[in-house]
Amino acid sequence: MRHIISVLVRNHPGVLSHVVGLFTRRSYNIESLAAGVTENPEITRITIVVTGDDRVLDQVMKQVNKLVDVLSVSDLKYDQAITRELAIITVKTTLQTRGAVIEIANVFGAKVVDMSEDTITLELSGTERVLQNLVRLLKPFGISEMARTGMIALAMKSSEEQ
Amino acid sequence: MKKTGAKIFVETLLEHGVNTIFGYPGGVLLPIYDELYHAPIRHILTRHEQGAIHAADGYARVSGKVGVCMATSGPGATNLVTGLATAFMDSVPVVAFTGQVSTHLLGNDSFQEADIYGISIPITKYNYLVKDTARLKEVMYEAFYLATSGRPGPVLIDLPKDVQTTQIDEPKLPELTLPLKGPHYTPEERKRQLELILSLISKAERPVIYAGGGVIKSEGAEKALRHLAEKAKIPVTTTLMGKGAFPETHPLSLGMLGMHGTRYANYAVAKCDLLIAVGARFDDRVTGEPSTFAREAKIVHLDIDPAEVGKIIQVDAYLIGQAKDLLQELAEGIEPQGLASHEEWLLQIDQWKRDFPLSYPKKEGVISPQYVVEQIYEKTQGEAIITTEVGQNQMWAAQYYKCSRPRSFISSGGLGTMGYGFPAAIGAKIACPDRIVFDIAGDGSFQMNIQELATAVYNKVNVKVAILNNGFLGMVRQWQELFYGRRYSQTRLSGNPDFVKIAEGYGALGLRVETPEEVPLAIERAIAEDRPVVIDFHVDPEENVYPMVPPGGAINDMLDRKEK
Repeated sequence: MRHIISVLVRNHPGVLSHVVGLFTRRSYNIESLAAGVTENPEITRITIVVTGDDRVLDQVMKQVNKLVDVLSVSDLKYDQAITRELAIITVKTTLQTRGAVIEIANVFGAKVVDMSEDTITLELSGTERVLQNLVRLLKPFGISEMARTGMIALAMKSSEEQ
Repeated sequence: MKKTGAKIFVETLLEHGVNTIFGYPGGVLLPIYDELYHAPIRHILTRHEQGAIHAADGYARVSGKVGVCMATSGPGATNLVTGLATAFMDSVPVVAFTGQVSTHLLGNDSFQEADIYGISIPITKYNYLVKDTARLKEVMYEAFYLATSGRPGPVLIDLPKDVQTTQIDEPKLPELTLPLKGPHYTPEERKRQLELILSLISKAERPVIYAGGGVIKSEGAEKALRHLAEKAKIPVTTTLMGKGAFPETHPLSLGMLGMHGTRYANYAVAKCDLLIAVGARFDDRVTGEPSTFAREAKIVHLDIDPAEVGKIIQVDAYLIGQAKDLLQELAEGIEPQGLASHEEWLLQIDQWKRDFPLSYPKKEGVISPQYVVEQIYEKTQGEAIITTEVGQNQMWAAQYYKCSRPRSFISSGGLGTMGYGFPAAIGAKIACPDRIVFDIAGDGSFQMNIQELATAVYNKVNVKVAILNNGFLGMVRQWQELFYGRRYSQTRLSGNPDFVKIAEGYGALGLRVETPEEVPLAIERAIAEDRPVVIDFHVDPEENVYPMVPPGGAINDMLDRKEK
């Protein structure tokens, strides 16, 4: 199954290699990984999206939790988490197709951040599914470059209260 | 007053009560070695960095204190890798210091530069690259704390040369800011698990305790284990790492279990209805095929490391903590009159013990390796510290040297490091100079760190090496004999040296023993001698370790010697 693992770590050099090493060693495929500072500048949140056997994952999480720099590890449920990802996509355009691309961007609420004679660069943040839909619709025009941040996520407080 | 990093280093070692370190100098460690020149610390100069870390490891295992070793950058540091992995697999508190090129040269492929920080990530409990002298003291305090706390393990500190030479104001005594993790379970959950375990014990008719290295590491746990076993009349089997956790001469002892365990231990585990694992991690050399392991039993796991629970085998109940505390809690919690009767079970086990004792053939004029171990046991009254190498020598030592106290059987269990036993014996003897220390070795393993004879002789470390010399890499040969149609590919050690001359060349005593009659005399002579002794026992070249669980088999399905 697919899991979103949220790891809080002390902001120390090398901590990322420690954490990632444990996943790769157990042949866990990391689909995306995003790290950034939290409300506390000494603490970093690493969000890892992985797919694999649930029992092995339980083991990997216990091993990660053992690392000295790791403060906590949690397995976020998709339906009880806010998930976001940012993508920057450069699409090939001609005079004829430019309007259509902008129209699609508008529907998705994507921003046009750059434009050249034969390209448009869009920026969109959203859930993975929304980004996938946008990419699917832009593909026929020709995507010349794309960068994605990988998913970040927080537990949904409102669903905890229920 | 300003102080250099090197001076702070030595002072911080002294603050941790370190009086012995094992090391090997080099260019980038010159500032520290200069500081050690007049420091009240005994530095044992080994002849290879691997010898230094195994010696520190052996020192730690017998003393329970942190073993400290040091090596220079680059090749010195990479020579520690096997020793770090050895200590990591067996949870040994070692702090290893490595020299490193100066911080401005890091990452430039400088002379003798290796990224030992990166290399050692998966084989240390924690590791550091210190880039600022102001952090040095704090890092060392953390390292000593981490090495010994919870589940012990090795910690590496990489020290660039300029960090050693920079002068800073006297650093304050650090306050540790290591993150503390919340408890693994709620108090209610803990209470529920404890009650469940006590009820499982009271209902069990065929219980077995399976004790591992965690019982050795937890000070006083062996007493708690004995108390529990005797009070509840539960037989105890130990792992290789757990040897000495329970007296092997005790009527409730089953000896070692697993691939080369006793038949009665493996039968007991296969037939038990409750298995209490304590400080053990269900290693594949213990369980055989995990799905067949203790399949009639409820399984209880007591361990300090929550990550071990459910790693290999799903358990029915568990508790997290020091082995001593948990065993005491169980011993206090049970009421002997409330227990189901174990009479039949104990009778069954006694029957197995009578039917399937450990045994070996005695051939006219040929030395059986098992006989050598038995004689070492006799002549040392079971009171020696035994270190082993890896392979047949290790298994025969485990089978025939019965241990009755902890920290007396020192062996590389997890990693299975050949060449471990001899330097570990040197470390052990330095930690416990009053005890006899024997390294039970093979002719293959001993040659992997044979250079440490110089260390032992020069430092007057009175260790004894018993080489069970069969001219083979015996355990691999045994597998080739049994599973590869006797095709002895690259396991015959042709070209072995004359070990007696080698010993003499280093200034140790060398003895060659070729007949069974000479065995006890040679051992007596070695014990009486006040210097390192190497005894070269020419043993039966194709003797095998039995019983044996074939790889991937169930542990009660064991191979034995074919009757001839």
